[in-house]
Amino acid sequence: MQLVQASAISKSYAGTQALKNVSFTLEQGQVHALIGENGAGKSTLIKIITGAIAADQGTISICGNAVGQTTPALMKSLGVAAIYQQPSLFGDLTVTENIALAVEDRSMLGRVDWAKRRQWAKELLDRLGARIDPDQEASSLSMPQQQMVEIAKAIGGEARIFVMDEPTASLSDTEVDHLFRVIGELRTKGAGVIYISHRLDELSRIADQISVLRDGESIASRPMKEVDRAELVKLMVGRDVSAIFPKQKVPIGETVLRLRDVGNVGSGIRRVDLEVRAGEIVGLAGLVGSGRTELANILFGLTPATSGSIALRGKAALIDSPQAAISAGIGYVPEDRRHHGLVQSMSVTENTTLATLGAGLLDFGAERQIATEFASKLGTKTASVDVAAATLSGGNQQKVVLSRWLATKPKLLILDEPTQGIDVGSKSEVHALMVQMARDGMAILMISSELPEILGMSDRIAVMCQGTIAGVLDRAEATQESVMHLAFPVLPKTRGVA
Amino acid sequence: MKSRELAAGVVLGAILLILLFVAPAFFAPDNLRDLLLNSAGVMLVALGMTLVIVAGHIDISVGSQFAAASIAAGLLSKAGLPMPLVGLLVLGLGALLGAANGLLIGRLKIPSIVVTLATMIILRDLLRWTTEGAWVQNLPVGFQWAGLGQTAGSVLILVKILVAILLVAWCLRNLSAGRQLFATGSNPDAAVLAGIRTNAVVTGVFVIMGILSAAAAMLNAIRFSEVPGNPGAGLELKAIAAVVVGGASITGGRGTVGGTVLGVLLLSVIGSALTYLGINPYWEKAVQGVILLAAAASEAVRQSRGLKGAYASR
Repeated sequence: MQLVQASAISKSYAGTQALKNVSFTLEQGQVHALIGENGAGKSTLIKIITGAIAADQGTISICGNAVGQTTPALMKSLGVAAIYQQPSLFGDLTVTENIALAVEDRSMLGRVDWAKRRQWAKELLDRLGARIDPDQEASSLSMPQQQMVEIAKAIGGEARIFVMDEPTASLSDTEVDHLFRVIGELRTKGAGVIYISHRLDELSRIADQISVLRDGESIASRPMKEVDRAELVKLMVGRDVSAIFPKQKVPIGETVLRLRDVGNVGSGIRRVDLEVRAGEIVGLAGLVGSGRTELANILFGLTPATSGSIALRGKAALIDSPQAAISAGIGYVPEDRRHHGLVQSMSVTENTTLATLGAGLLDFGAERQIATEFASKLGTKTASVDVAAATLSGGNQQKVVLSRWLATKPKLLILDEPTQGIDVGSKSEVHALMVQMARDGMAILMISSELPEILGMSDRIAVMCQGTIAGVLDRAEATQESVMHLAFPVLPKTRGVA
Repeated sequence: MKSRELAAGVVLGAILLILLFVAPAFFAPDNLRDLLLNSAGVMLVALGMTLVIVAGHIDISVGSQFAAASIAAGLLSKAGLPMPLVGLLVLGLGALLGAANGLLIGRLKIPSIVVTLATMIILRDLLRWTTEGAWVQNLPVGFQWAGLGQTAGSVLILVKILVAILLVAWCLRNLSAGRQLFATGSNPDAAVLAGIRTNAVVTGVFVIMGILSAAAAMLNAIRFSEVPGNPGAGLELKAIAAVVVGGASITGGRGTVGGTVLGVLLLSVIGSALTYLGINPYWEKAVQGVILLAAAASEAVRQSRGLKGAYASR
């Protein structure tokens, strides 16, 4: 029997097509792996199956019955349980309460049988081999422990359909073994599991079927036995690089940034060695969660390095705050333009000069002049430099944030997903600007999840994986496959990979 | 001036217009002077509260700061210090009290409502213990009206308040620190990423708040020949209400001195206006509450429209 039948699903967000006509089937007793690059549409698909968002087109059937309006509550009552990469426990409640909340279905006035609840929570955790005190508050648990509680929540209910999004991301080998044993039990009992993972090696251990998404389209669905790692990587990235990038060769100068053995215990960055030279664009590639933004946060002094050394233009630099980073000549265009980049209520002018305010009196005339100058240089389309930044389109907002940093005349500019969520036209304008900045002798470190952008714009590509740099590729030798091979973690012990 | 401040101004204007026709006696110079003098304390405190609220915080300890400064002014004067020195010391005390709030909030990142609730209670009870509720009496003659007599003293107080209003308004607009304050209150994450020391901005704002509370206490105290044992109760609520009525966003990032001034005048004119209109003045608080709710409601409507706008433009 087909537990889940998703047919011809389409979904778009504000003009970006996240899913195009995707179909997906989960059979009874099947572990169905879902893989793809960042932004391939995996999350969108599982959000539709769990009812978190609604599809624009297409139908979802659960056990043969078509579901009209999908909501999280309805999908849960139909037996769908989800485990997300980031645990979402109630931190102030105990483990027992967290599990009970997820699986009990009582009226507000129902009486609580505490002893039974606790016993049940304990049994579930034992089944997973997790040694966790059911009376502990969830916020005091470690990340893997929280993940185990999430799993216990899911298997404790009456679910038949399990959606697991990177459940092993924070688990140790033994915990992974326990989880896989439990998944095996669930399969034997006729449940189905949709399993998303970046760890290709572990898929061969548990998956029956594997489906590949790319750019919102379903590319292939095959039995796991018939595919190997190399083929999977090829399927994931096999798009044609038709977009033309304005990258030009410019003379490379002195080394602007040199990282030696840099790490930060809190953010999980370890032993990073990296160099960026004047005029060079270094692409920082990697999967979501590989530590790219965390590395940028170290360089910008938000979470200063706890080990290793950072040198700027040959001199050791102590970057312990954003102010220190700015005065050392570093600029940072953050990924989340709306929340971290712009002050939406402020004018284009005020946003442009925010990092170069200095102390004392403001010079309104000079501020306007700077803002106007950068707006015309970058081609920012705005009614005037006095309107609120919130009124601009995404691409133009990004140009305002870029202006702010160009105004600081940085030696090193860190761009985190510089063209995410902006239209195609603005995108190539931003790319052209990057080339111009490089020609002016700036060193650029560009974080991007878009492989064509990484390959098209970078002189060298550093690929991050699990908090460190897995390898650096030259522009000439880099291909989508070679980048993805470095980006996907390899388990220390290869467990029967074909 | 933006629409929200304008609303407070229009309501104030309407009330004054009605009074002009129905009860012109309201505009007697003595009544106006008393009205302004009575709102002097709230005005200075609301000025500081504007900065605090623009920074995205709140300070409910200002009433206690006001009390501590009032009593300190009385005691120092009684000890025989000259009035200018008394003033300086009292402002210094205010700065210290504000700095304590500011460091706990800016450095340790404890929510401002919790910190200032605690300091409000601590200060108030410290005063209760030390003064046992007794008034500071037998002050030297140089204390009341700073020894200038009622007319000159009143003018001095009103001029000082006008200077404070203009100074804060000017700084907020023309100083880099003012811009940093708005950025901090609007989007603290973006402000940090633009290299603004938001901790220092927040701490500084609370120090200024403390100084203004002390200044308010000082200017209020010298109108009388004695300092009461428990002054400034409920001052924080009056100040916060005036700032919100004046168009500031309680979530930070928006607010103007002009709006706050109108807010203070609007709320303080109500009581007197009711009396002159022959309505039972017991309605004062209720009317003030309605005005506050109306201001908050219009802010909520504006924000939900803003949200929709933001989504539509995506």
